[in-house]
Amino acid sequence: MTAVSMTVNGQHVSAEIDPRTLLVQFLREHLRLTGTHVGCDTSQCGCCVVHVNGDAIKSCTTLAATCDGADVVTIEGLAKGDVLHPMQAAFRENHGLQCGFCTPGMIMTAVELVRRKGTDLDEHTIREELEGNLCRCTGYHNIVKAIGAGAQAMGAAAE
Amino acid sequence: MYEFTYHRPGSVSEAAKLAGEHADGKILAGGQTLLPTMKQRLAGPSDLIDLSRLDDLRGIEVKGGVVTIKALTRHVTVATSADVKAAIPALAELAGMIGDPAVRNKGTIGGSVANNDPAADYPSACLALGATITTNKRAIKADDFFKGLFETALEEGEIITSISFPVPEKANYQKFRNPASRYALVGVFVAKTGGHVRVAVTGAGSRGVFRVKDFEAALDANFAPAALDGKSVAASGLNSDIHADAEYRAHLITVMAKRAVAAAA
Repeated sequence: MTAVSMTVNGQHVSAEIDPRTLLVQFLREHLRLTGTHVGCDTSQCGCCVVHVNGDAIKSCTTLAATCDGADVVTIEGLAKGDVLHPMQAAFRENHGLQCGFCTPGMIMTAVELVRRKGTDLDEHTIREELEGNLCRCTGYHNIVKAIGAGAQAMGAAAE
Repeated sequence: MYEFTYHRPGSVSEAAKLAGEHADGKILAGGQTLLPTMKQRLAGPSDLIDLSRLDDLRGIEVKGGVVTIKALTRHVTVATSADVKAAIPALAELAGMIGDPAVRNKGTIGGSVANNDPAADYPSACLALGATITTNKRAIKADDFFKGLFETALEEGEIITSISFPVPEKANYQKFRNPASRYALVGVFVAKTGGHVRVAVTGAGSRGVFRVKDFEAALDANFAPAALDGKSVAASGLNSDIHADAEYRAHLITVMAKRAVAAAA
C-alpha cells in the first residue's frame, strides 16, 4: 500500500491505496466523485480528463500515487454552489451534448484550453484542441459552438 | 495491471540505485506509454520507480548553439518554449504533434527517447539533428543510442538526464499520422547541420528509427525536393499492418521527405 494525500476540489484527502490505483479509480471509487467518466480506458477518448495542478490530463493514464501533493479539480469542482461555471452554462445553452457521457471531459479540456489560448477561440483551434476528446454521439458541432461561447463567457466573467 | 512495488525517489542517484537493484523494475516518467502498456498487461515490472519528484530534471537551456532539454520536460513545454521555437522551430512543432493536448501535458522527452517506440516522434529528431543523450553515467550519440524495436544503449540503472540538440541551419519534420492513435505511420525529420544533411525516419522501420543515407547524399549535393526524384527506400524491412503496408510506407517516406525539404528550404 502507498500513502497519498492531495487536494481534490479544494478539500484535503488522504488514503492508503494499492499503488496500481489509477487517478480515475481513486476519484470515482474512493471519493465517489463519479462525474469523471471512463470511456475507453486507453487514453483515446478524453472522458476522464481532470485538472492536476492546472493541467488537463487523462486520469485513466495517471497513477493516483503520482498525484501525491497535487491540486486536483474534477467536473464536480467547477460550479460555485448552484451557479454553473460559464463553460458548463454554455454547454447547456448551446445543447453541447447528446447522451452527455463525454461532457465532463469536454468541459475540463475546454476550460484548460481557454487558460492556455485565451477567450477568443476560432472554430479551427477548438476542433484541433479537441483531438483527444471523442463524442460517440458525434455531436461535435454544438460542442464546438458551446466551447466558443463558453470561452467568451469566461472572458466576460473575468472582467 | 500486475502488482508492483512503488518507489518515489528524491534524487537521480537514489533513482539509479533503485533501478540497479530491481532488474525487473521500470522507470516511470510521464507514463503515457508505460501505463497503457501495463494496463494491457504487456508489461509487468516488479517495481515502478517514479521520477515525478526530480524537479531538477525539468527545464530547457539554449547556449553556444545547442538546445539542451532536461529529461522530464513535458511535450507541452517544448512545444510552447520561446527558446526552442527560436532555435529549432521544427523541434517545437514535432513536440506539438505528439498525442493530444492531455497527453502532451504529461508525456516527457526522456520517456519517449528511453522507450524508443518504433512510431514515436522524438527518436527521429534525435537522429536527424545529431543529438547527444546524456545519462547519469555518460553521454551517448544518437547514432549509437537507438538499437532496435524498443531497444536502446541504456544499461540497467542508467537514467537519461538530458538531451542536447545542436542548432541546425535548416530543419523540418513531416508526420503522416495514424488518425486513430496519432502515432506516426511515417514521420520524416530532415536537418542540415554544419553543411551536412541528415534524414531520419520513424514509424516505418521494423527495427525502429533509421537514417536514409541515400537521401542524405542527394540532399547534400542539392537541398531541394527534386533531389529525391526517383529515390525510394526498399519496402523490405518496413512495417506492414492493417493501417499501411510496407510498399505504401516506402512511398510515404519519399513524399514526406520531399515535403520536409520543401518546408525547410
